[in-house]
Amino acid sequence: MQLFLEQLTNGLAVGGIYALIALGYTMVYGVLKLINFAHGDLFTIGAFLGLTLLLSLGLTDHIGPVAGIIVLTLMVMGLVALIGALLERTAYRPLRTSPRLSAVVSALGASIFFQNAIMLIYGARFRVYPHDLLPTTSISLFGVDIPVMRIVLFAASLVMMAGLYYFVQRTKTGTAIRAAAIDQGAAKLMGIDVNRVIMYVFLIGPALGGAAGMMVGLYYGQINFTMGWVYGLKAFTAAILGGIGNIPGAMLGGLLLGVIEAMGATYISLAWKDAISFMVLILILIFRPTGILGERVADKV
Amino acid sequence: MKPATIINILVVAALLVAPYWLNAYWVDVLNSIGIYAVLALSLNIILGYAGLFHMGHAAFFAMGTYTTAILNTQFGIPVLWLMPLSGMVAGFFALLVARPIIHLRGDYLLIVTIGIVEIVRIALVNNVFGITGGSNGIFGISRPVLFGHVIRTPHDFYYLIFAFAAITVFFFLRLENSRFGRALNYIREDDVAAEGSGIDAAHYKLVAFVLGAFWAGMAGTIFAAKMTIVSPQSFTFWESVVMFTIVILGGSGNIRGVILGAFLIVGLPEVFREFAGARMLFFGAAMILMMIFRPKGILPPPPRTFNLDFLSSARGGGK
Repeated sequence: MQLFLEQLTNGLAVGGIYALIALGYTMVYGVLKLINFAHGDLFTIGAFLGLTLLLSLGLTDHIGPVAGIIVLTLMVMGLVALIGALLERTAYRPLRTSPRLSAVVSALGASIFFQNAIMLIYGARFRVYPHDLLPTTSISLFGVDIPVMRIVLFAASLVMMAGLYYFVQRTKTGTAIRAAAIDQGAAKLMGIDVNRVIMYVFLIGPALGGAAGMMVGLYYGQINFTMGWVYGLKAFTAAILGGIGNIPGAMLGGLLLGVIEAMGATYISLAWKDAISFMVLILILIFRPTGILGERVADKV
Repeated sequence: MKPATIINILVVAALLVAPYWLNAYWVDVLNSIGIYAVLALSLNIILGYAGLFHMGHAAFFAMGTYTTAILNTQFGIPVLWLMPLSGMVAGFFALLVARPIIHLRGDYLLIVTIGIVEIVRIALVNNVFGITGGSNGIFGISRPVLFGHVIRTPHDFYYLIFAFAAITVFFFLRLENSRFGRALNYIREDDVAAEGSGIDAAHYKLVAFVLGAFWAGMAGTIFAAKMTIVSPQSFTFWESVVMFTIVILGGSGNIRGVILGAFLIVGLPEVFREFAGARMLFFGAAMILMMIFRPKGILPPPPRTFNLDFLSSARGGGK
């Protein structure tokens, strides 16, 4: 039982990270029907930018670790959002009317570009986040020691998800995004600037992904230029699990996948951890291609 | 003779004599290009003809390679004899995995096939059934022997791979104009309409998938023979990406385009090897630019039209 609760909290913390990345995939897919393969690399960029800012600005010494990290996270989110918008402008916008697969190849090209750019700038080694920034203490809950870090991480991802949910459901821009996701042509007729909506999607998704990258750096302490690929694929799995194009679905799918993976690693096999996620993905697609919260009916032949 | 035919003959002739002027390193690069060309041509059946978004081809390649490696090192069966068997193992595996997923549309299939290639790689790393050798892989695969001649140097391999590639091209050219090839063409254009005109789309898609996997498995034998050592690192998702990119960038559905794509994708990074790290950066950027300026690939297939000229001549109109 103790092991179970411990793994549950771990799964939720990692799941929160998956959910944040998954939101970027699901929003882009919802509006553009494009799998943004470079999204995982934007996540990596977030992790590395976070480390650079952390080490060079020394904000955590001036205004305290908590406020410092909040400010740094916001800066990382802003910078990664800019890169995301730039990516959309250069690699995806010219291909909007091209065959679907050309956009996929363009996304793969962007992914290779980002990965190698990070490797050239930061080197291929693992880079280490300072480990004394956030409290390493644990609190005891139902007889289980839960690291404070885990709770902070989970809470932070929940706050961001709630913020996004509010934005998409309640604001005018959010409504425009939802409208464009349903039918771009009709949205255009209603006077929505679809290009603008797509730009917003490519600002918000990367911002959340970048924040997730920094959170991974703080949580695990180690980052590497290739890590975006595995996290990206897991997050995409989470997006499909919840129903791609569906924002609450991505949140639920992320948390669920985090827990499934943590449980699988504990009770089945650590070595097969990644394979378990992909098997979940395949089973979901075979039996319920629309995901848990998805509504669209899958095309079948 | 049409100019295209002349170019074809010249290219084939140049490739036949090329090794005489090249050192072992560049012949080896050509060998890699040849293997990737065959792999991309086999993927082209699935992706280019049947229009199935398949990004897990490395899984079938791995199946073939490991079948050859295991049977050769354990039972000492000569490498080249294992070619059809490796193909069949890959094809059978493809049949098993494709059956439940073949009906998935577009991106969903893309994602599932990525999942499959990752599961296969993890299985290889985890030394599944204790026969794959874990992350170290399998070494000590014996050299292929052809007509009493041991194939050892890159120059020897060049002609083996060249022959295999030539057979592949011939086979797929014949396939393109067969009843099966035309059925796939209709399915790619519109599978609902194809179904409506009596083509069993799901069946043809499955056959295309299995055939592509079979061919990739056979390429796996050549790869195992060339490397004499195989490990899971050779079958990551990025290998699938390379094959996928060759097909799309070269011109999916066009055999000539796919071969040209193999030369560009596998050959160019070798040409720019002296630029070390930065070359992959430019490579990624080039992929984006290529897609922006030629979204259908460098050599897209010529549009298929029905030749109705006989109608006017039958009416006696002539010119």
